Amino acid sequence: MVRGGRVALDDLTCTVEPGSVTGLLGPSGSGKTTFIRAIVGVQRVERGRVEVLGEPAGVSALRAEVGYMTQSGSVYDDLTIRENLRFFARIVGTRADAVERALEATSLEKERDRVVGRLSGGQRARVSLAVALLGAPRLLVLDEPTVGLDPVLRRDLWRLFHKLAAEGTTLLVSSHVMDEAERCDALLLLRDGRLLAHGTPAEIRRCTGGADLEEAFLRLIEEPPA
Amino acid sequence: MSVRATVAVAARVLAQLRRDPRTLALVIGVPALLETLLEQILAGRAGMFQHIGAPLLGLFPFVTMFLVTSITMLRERNSGTLERLMTLPIGKLDLLAGYGAAFALLAAVQVAFVAAIAFGPLGLEVQGPRWIVAALAVGNAILGSALGLAASAFARTEFQAVQFMPGVVFPQILLCGLFVAREEMARWLRWVSDALPLTYAYDALAHTASNTLDDRFALDVAVVACVTVLALALGAASLRRRTA
Repeated sequence: MVRGGRVALDDLTCTVEPGSVTGLLGPSGSGKTTFIRAIVGVQRVERGRVEVLGEPAGVSALRAEVGYMTQSGSVYDDLTIRENLRFFARIVGTRADAVERALEATSLEKERDRVVGRLSGGQRARVSLAVALLGAPRLLVLDEPTVGLDPVLRRDLWRLFHKLAAEGTTLLVSSHVMDEAERCDALLLLRDGRLLAHGTPAEIRRCTGGADLEEAFLRLIEEPPA
Repeated sequence: MSVRATVAVAARVLAQLRRDPRTLALVIGVPALLETLLEQILAGRAGMFQHIGAPLLGLFPFVTMFLVTSITMLRERNSGTLERLMTLPIGKLDLLAGYGAAFALLAAVQVAFVAAIAFGPLGLEVQGPRWIVAALAVGNAILGSALGLAASAFARTEFQAVQFMPGVVFPQILLCGLFVAREEMARWLRWVSDALPLTYAYDALAHTASNTLDDRFALDVAVVACVTVLALALGAASLRRRTA
């Protein structure tokens, strides 16, 4: 469950604080995307319960409350940035100025009339993020949002994430870059679909005795399963 | 159902088509070209063009829209946009209706163009009203879209989707009565023909051409409409909010 709730994946349970940035970390194949898909309600869940904002994940009442950015981009390559945003804005049913705000937040104003298929990977990822921002969702779920971005853009996006969190949005951000983990308020570390650790960056460093997060995670990951 | 979402989807599909003028030109131009070729190769055989010109005019949109819809929907599935849409406040029916509306509009333009050429310079004549031929053609386009939508659920790649065209569409064209009258077919072929929707689509067009708008014509139209609804339902069922 997210935001005052809990998420269970393979018999593990955790809570995510409202208005915070939670990092979801783990090696490739550890279940990060499955975890995220379960929260946005597109993953078929065999057993157990996923609740988001007090409702079962995926119910129609949540569809206007949860913003989702997939890893693959999930935008229309043959449309311009603005056409993409306008389309999704109409689906979300948001106000007309949401498109401009999303363009501004992702620094895409100058690119707005370019066709998405001709953009770089990083620009495309930002279009996808802009779509997720449209409805001013209470929960933003971002699957590897900063892959392929240069350091300046990454820094700007992390500023944006914290600004959104300060305004009350709850963010769940998956990543496999450790310097991004430091920027999260809380961390979830997954391995083989199980939650290995959950806490603030400082707590995780302390309990593993690692000097930095990278070392802490390596220790946790390489530790034989209990 | 939400009109807002349906209109948004239709407008988006049309915007995508507008970005692809070559496809648009092919969709609109190729049927007219084929109809012209048909008239030319049959020029020496009096009555032949008059016999098959109208049914063919009415079946082109079926073939085109089957292909265009199955590829477009497959792209939607593979690019992740369908997954994103399924997390947003849009109903499956809104999505399908949006697609249907956009492709019906495209089909209407396609039909208007090929009909203008066939009934104009090519001298095609039908005994029934021409507008019924055009309306049936647009109806067949929607049937093609609905079947293409359902077919896209069974294709993983665009290569597979393209193969559904000879696999699903060609047998129906061979068996519908256009090339060989159904009465002359072996009994088992006629049974198969009875089970295929294009048989009824063709029959309705042939009845319009000979102006015998009787009970059989009404049955044809009803069958085409029912199969369209059924295929749309199948397509809707294949759009899963949750996938494994």
